[in-house]
Amino acid sequence: MVGERKVVPRLFMTVLLYAFVFFLAFPFLWLIFTSLKSSSEIMMRGGSLLPQQVTFENYLTAVREERIVGSALNTLKVSVASALLTLLIATPAAYVLARRPKGINQPVIGWILVSQAFPLILIIIPLFLILNRLSLGNTHLGLVLVYVVWSLPFVIWMLRGYVQNIPVEIELAAAIDGANHLRIITQILIPLILPGLVATGLYAFINAWNEFFFALVLLKSPELQTIQINLARFRGIEGLARWGPLAAGSVIATIPTLILFGFIQRGLVSGLLSGGVKQ
Amino acid sequence: MPILIFSVAPLLQGIYLGFTDYELGNSVTTFVWFDNFRFLLTDYLFWQSFRIGAIWTVLVTVGEVVLGFILASLLNARLPGQTLARVLVLAPWAIPPVIKGLMWRLIYHPEAGLLNTTLQQLGVLSQPVNWLNSFVWALPAVILVGIWSSLPTTTIVLLAGLQSIPQELREAAAIDGAASRAQFRNVTLPLMKPVLISISALQFMWNFNSFGLVFVLTEGGPSGSTRLPMLFAYEEAFQFGNLAYASALGTAMTLVVGIVLVLYLRSQYSSDGGA
Repeated sequence: MVGERKVVPRLFMTVLLYAFVFFLAFPFLWLIFTSLKSSSEIMMRGGSLLPQQVTFENYLTAVREERIVGSALNTLKVSVASALLTLLIATPAAYVLARRPKGINQPVIGWILVSQAFPLILIIIPLFLILNRLSLGNTHLGLVLVYVVWSLPFVIWMLRGYVQNIPVEIELAAAIDGANHLRIITQILIPLILPGLVATGLYAFINAWNEFFFALVLLKSPELQTIQINLARFRGIEGLARWGPLAAGSVIATIPTLILFGFIQRGLVSGLLSGGVKQ
Repeated sequence: MPILIFSVAPLLQGIYLGFTDYELGNSVTTFVWFDNFRFLLTDYLFWQSFRIGAIWTVLVTVGEVVLGFILASLLNARLPGQTLARVLVLAPWAIPPVIKGLMWRLIYHPEAGLLNTTLQQLGVLSQPVNWLNSFVWALPAVILVGIWSSLPTTTIVLLAGLQSIPQELREAAAIDGAASRAQFRNVTLPLMKPVLISISALQFMWNFNSFGLVFVLTEGGPSGSTRLPMLFAYEEAFQFGNLAYASALGTAMTLVVGIVLVLYLRSQYSSDGGA
């Protein structure tokens, strides 16, 4: 009897769940379908959802005419550099935070949360002026530095959690065996937190790859543009004839982050989970 | 901590600039005290953009937290196809905001967009609607995309919270004969309260300071009817070169967010003490 009473709500819940999935995932699927349609099929209003004949002409056009490859390489360069630099600075900082007495932890974590309240405009104007003064205004290096400043707080916070999970005793044992500080960090700590480093590095990479505002403000030369700026340029001129290449370019710009997301989604969720349990 | 200095110093300079008359290319900058803020209060565009910002922020935050909570509960209920559903639900998080904006521009497109063609086929609409160019529809359309866009993040966090509730607690409540509604109100909701408060506070800040999505969708139009505070500040700073005024705007945004959050958190925690 109990089972019977439960079947109907469960059916309703399942339907509701799939309605959500549809709402969230469908727009991107539609974009993929559109990117695979020929331009004449796109123009045909009220045509079918799925492409009648799959074609890659839009991808070819996007790559040939819209500098998709060049801007994607720019973005790749900036994202890799800023992820590596962020980790290089964040790892020692996270180590200090995790191992030092609780006294300095509180204000730093407080600051990381408070910093979320400040709009980017307050950060970018001073950075814009400083970078211009150092003649780094319209350069990839300048953009990399801004990304590092921007993702550091959160990355330090995440890495700190990974370091805390490593028992101090391991380090103490190594110290008794005569290992110095540098060796403890490079040979014991880093291998142990490697999964954490990979996850946070990928997080910083995705952040930089997807970023729009800073790149919009800082980069002026067309040949330096990132892929997000390149695609946003289509805004307002997306006549129907441009739909195909626009959709194809958007899919190309999304693939790297979707793949990386696949790698880190487990880690992200479990990281959040463990953080929730501790408090 | 040198890193703290590295991130605090620009902020302080940004706030300081709001009290000067600095413009792009100025050589002499003078300290003008509260002139920018006085001007702000009489600026029609400021009030317009903050009113729109408030509507956008409240509706998007409430929408995504309510929907996110429902969705997280569904994902936690051991329904068929759950693993795939989880991945598909979270995936939009990885899509760059610019692409999200472009994608929805195509969906809202007046002639060949998915929305208009579907509604016309269903007979709901007889004329195509130019959603993003309409004074009536642009803001609701943009808010819907805002909810869509940040629902995955909210859902992951709430799902993580739900999973940290010990199963035994709910089972104990069920054995004690608590109906599912009472179970929800007396077990799930109190335990989820800290998570709900923190994610809504964070999303409130993120939404109020949001930029890329709406910039790509409407660039603030038509006639500023979707011009969020960040879009307004961006225009002032980098299209008109009024860096000082834009900094003052930024400071005002921080103040508004700060005051709302303090009031919100205080009311939440004081009611906590009463319960």
